[in-house]
Amino acid sequence: MIERIRTIIDKEWAEVFKNKVVLLTVVLLPVIFTVLPLVILSLMRTTMPGSESTDMPAQFAQMCSATASGSDCVQIFIANEFLIFFMIMPIIIPITIAAYSIVGEKTTRSLEPLLATPITTEELLAGKSLAAAIPAVVATYACFIIFILLLPVTGVSAAVQQYVSGPIWLLAVFLAGPLVAILAVNFAIMVSSRVSDPRAAEQVSAILIVPFMALMFGQMAGIILLNVATMLIFCAIIVFLDIVSIVLGAKLFQRETILTKWK
Amino acid sequence: MIRTENLVKQFVIKKKKEPIVAVEGLTLEIPEAEVFGFLGPNGAGKTTTLRMLSSLISPTSGRAWIDNFEVGKRDQDIRRNVGILTETPGMYERLSAEKNLSIFAHLYGVKDVSGQTEKYLRMLGLWERRFDEVGSFSKGMRQKLAIARALLHELKVLYLDEPTSGLDPESAKLVRDFIEELKTEGRTIFICTHNLDEAERLCQRIGIFKTRLITVDSPANLRSQLYGRRVVFHLQKMNSRWAALIKNVSFVKDVQTVEDKLVVGLTDPEKQNPILVKKLVEAGAGIKFVGELKHSLEDVYLELIHEDELKGKEAA
Repeated sequence: MIERIRTIIDKEWAEVFKNKVVLLTVVLLPVIFTVLPLVILSLMRTTMPGSESTDMPAQFAQMCSATASGSDCVQIFIANEFLIFFMIMPIIIPITIAAYSIVGEKTTRSLEPLLATPITTEELLAGKSLAAAIPAVVATYACFIIFILLLPVTGVSAAVQQYVSGPIWLLAVFLAGPLVAILAVNFAIMVSSRVSDPRAAEQVSAILIVPFMALMFGQMAGIILLNVATMLIFCAIIVFLDIVSIVLGAKLFQRETILTKWK
Repeated sequence: MIRTENLVKQFVIKKKKEPIVAVEGLTLEIPEAEVFGFLGPNGAGKTTTLRMLSSLISPTSGRAWIDNFEVGKRDQDIRRNVGILTETPGMYERLSAEKNLSIFAHLYGVKDVSGQTEKYLRMLGLWERRFDEVGSFSKGMRQKLAIARALLHELKVLYLDEPTSGLDPESAKLVRDFIEELKTEGRTIFICTHNLDEAERLCQRIGIFKTRLITVDSPANLRSQLYGRRVVFHLQKMNSRWAALIKNVSFVKDVQTVEDKLVVGLTDPEKQNPILVKKLVEAGAGIKFVGELKHSLEDVYLELIHEDELKGKEAA
């Protein structure tokens, strides 16, 4: 079983990473999402030295002022907006890989010979999902570690560094990240079963980013307060959505459905 | 080796009230080491049958066994023991020929992956191109690679869906020659094809199929069942007496005259021809040569499909 899953992962990576579009997304996007916050935080230190906590939503200011000064709170508030980058990363990467992998198999008609082997549907689905999710999770973890390591270089205060390596960010990156990647893979499988162009699959699947953007804007507007409790609630919702998407994805990924209904 | 009992496959289409019947009551038995041809027009249900027999899709009703493993109950065992050449080769275009084969060898649980890969790449003349991306291969090369992929795990039953479809004559011949070679290895081969000439050359028996099995037999028997056996006597000069003389012989079924030829319906030409030749010569006829009139498999196929359509219309 493990051997067959490993073979599928090996095949996916060998094939998908030969595609320049996929390679560019997997490499370039994490680099931008890591460098951009560092540059902005670095600039922020020099351009906004006098910003006060009154510029922030009251709820956040109230939560932050208990542990940090007003100026630190502003920096923490702005740094917190970049958390969304590390949550979007495990969505975009697997969507791109899964879209090209599944729609690619559809267009080259290579799924039928694959399904004719003794591989079970569960093994095939697991192989494809892991092949898409692993690079996303690894890239997110690696980028976050690089981000934490380079954060002192930007000159942000120790309070910001402490906050970014605190429980909210750790939960978001290390727990929500893989959960979101699973959701993205299964969503991409569902979308891929309906379209015949990988770019269309990618674009439609990217709709999954919208709730995360809403989360960011909600936080900026003070509607949502990102703390440990809300992050745990968020993770619980994603677990539920993961289960639903796995069930639906597996239903769509049955041999007969693929051969007779996937167009 | 392959056995089906009243196999049925229906597809439920959302917009239609009645399900579409793709395969209806297929009962068939193909012994080990036989090369069986499955002939039928487009949309006859050949590929659906092949997919059921390779455990890719499940039958709506009826039963089927491949090497004593029942479809729907021992699907993984069936897939382990069969190889399939799908209608389109479906290769991984960005990967090399060798990588394509090694992936499938691993999935089939082949022990000596590199050995088997090399064996079939060499056998099909692709060894020199093993590191090239399949995307750079011609249609014939892809088809050969797909055949190699189907054979990697030393299977018992090989399904070939339109093996020479879309190939140029040279590539088609290469593929046919390779199938001829496989016949000697004792594998059961099930070929879905439109190519009647190919079916006649490769298959011991042929099933003519259009949603349901119309008939099964060897190409020779199908011909004689439908048209009987007919012998043509090419004469130097026609004389109406010769036809009357032959007509009076007890074992002769019927006689037709066409220019300087006598076309005679016989039951056993091997025994009856010398008697007729003797009679004709004694009566003064000059015989240039004698030959059997052979209807092509295409005639047989078209006749049977046409008969089936008429029956369908009458029943409706």
